[in-house]
Amino acid sequence: MTEPLVTLDAVTVRFDGRTAVDRVTLSIRRGDILTIIGPNGAGKTTLIKALLGLQPPTAGTVTRQPGLVIGYVPQNLHMEATLPLSVRRFMALSGRPAEECAQALARTGIGHLADASIHHLSGGEKQRLLLARALARRPDLLVLDEPAQGVDINGQAALYHLIRELRDQLNCGVIMISHDLHLVMAATDKVICLNQHVCCSGYPADISHDPAFIETFGRSVAESVAVYHHHHNHRHNLHGDVIPTIPETSDSHGHRCSHEPH
Amino acid sequence: MSLIDSLLNDFFWRALLGGVGVALVAGPLGCFVVWRRLAYFGDTLAHSALLGIALSFLISLPLNLAVILTCVCIALLLVLLSRTRTLATDTLLGILAHSALAIGLVTLSFMPEVRLDLTGLLFGDLLAMSRDDLLWIYGGAVLVLALLVRLWRGLLMSTIHEELARVEGVPVERLRLILMVMFSLVIAVAMKIVGVLLITALLIIPAATARRLARTPEHMVGLAMIFGCLAVAGGLALSWYLDTPAGPSVVVTAFATFLLTYAATVKATA
Repeated sequence: MTEPLVTLDAVTVRFDGRTAVDRVTLSIRRGDILTIIGPNGAGKTTLIKALLGLQPPTAGTVTRQPGLVIGYVPQNLHMEATLPLSVRRFMALSGRPAEECAQALARTGIGHLADASIHHLSGGEKQRLLLARALARRPDLLVLDEPAQGVDINGQAALYHLIRELRDQLNCGVIMISHDLHLVMAATDKVICLNQHVCCSGYPADISHDPAFIETFGRSVAESVAVYHHHHNHRHNLHGDVIPTIPETSDSHGHRCSHEPH
Repeated sequence: MSLIDSLLNDFFWRALLGGVGVALVAGPLGCFVVWRRLAYFGDTLAHSALLGIALSFLISLPLNLAVILTCVCIALLLVLLSRTRTLATDTLLGILAHSALAIGLVTLSFMPEVRLDLTGLLFGDLLAMSRDDLLWIYGGAVLVLALLVRLWRGLLMSTIHEELARVEGVPVERLRLILMVMFSLVIAVAMKIVGVLLITALLIIPAATARRLARTPEHMVGLAMIFGCLAVAGGLALSWYLDTPAGPSVVVTAFATFLLTYAATVKATA
């Protein structure tokens, strides 16, 4: 087994007493595609930021492999319209040679836009530009925060396909946040369902059966990606907090959900 | 040598040279003010310059040094306070800007023996440019421009997307600090040209004018420098022929250039 690229050990992030990320432990290795899913406000982006070193954890540790090159695709590229910038120039700021930048643009399907102003790109084109920029850096680890945002439905499938290809080509690890459950289920190796804590995690085929998953996304969603469901040992209220309907047990925060057939 | 010497003996040429020197640094820094939305921040630093002047008399420091130190301290205070997030940044800036100005004025009033041309400080005294001032301006300009060239990629990257820059290993916090020190330097020297109340105009207006025409960040910086120099030259000419106050005339010229450029580009794109 190779060394993990990044390891999170019981990472907790609190803002003003509100817990955004609660004791999350995970690790990513080369070749892994790990997808984080979860409702709004589940702490997905905060978790990613802790992993990237942008948000210091309140407790727990984040260990990155020394010299790790991370390609980060942030949730959105908010561009100050007062700064004139072309796609080519934005790519060149990565410090990579022009040829590699052009290749990365072609790879994400926006090679024809090299001379366009980045202010005139559509949402989907911006996402591809950010991905191209991350690629040009030849990352060991790709971190994507909702990469398919603003991309049309055909584009989404193509984008997830591309991410898989890139993983194979670069032999990098991939961690991403996504809302597109169906596409994620098809394109990912491992899913973590986050709701402050790790509700459940596992392989796509298993996780859609997990009661914590059903609890989080609702039965209709879960049924469309799953075949059967089962009970588990905790429930969430609308805020995603755990409701202690049963006596608190040692793992009542669901790091391990019980899996009983329905 | 004698030509330069005779030029420097003429107050008009000293004013022009000094103004051009400031415009050359105000161009690139003004672009950062516009890109990073620091207009109000620049105002706050400029206002606190008056507090620096009061301090320079109180502890008899060289004027420029006292202004630079005060601006740097206020800038650091701003960074620290804005991290606590209990107040909106614009509220915080408003409090500090006007308090610094008021404290400066009150402190100066306690020193009746100090005879100060307050109008000159507030609105600039371009025509009273001395050889010493020129030395400060060009020393500061060379330092700031050299730093900008050296740190350009990192500064630009952290302006475009701070988090992306940080992930890519750009020392975002350190660059922010250096940028603030540069602002403080420019404010200390630009005070002479347009005064405490009009410094922000000299930073913003040429950069905003340049934005209408620029296609790359560097292009915008170059144009902002040119527009700044034009404003200084035009303002001085205005002052020379119509006997208007020099500092405000520079700003009026900059504004006129902005309006003309705006009208021309709107017509061109329509």
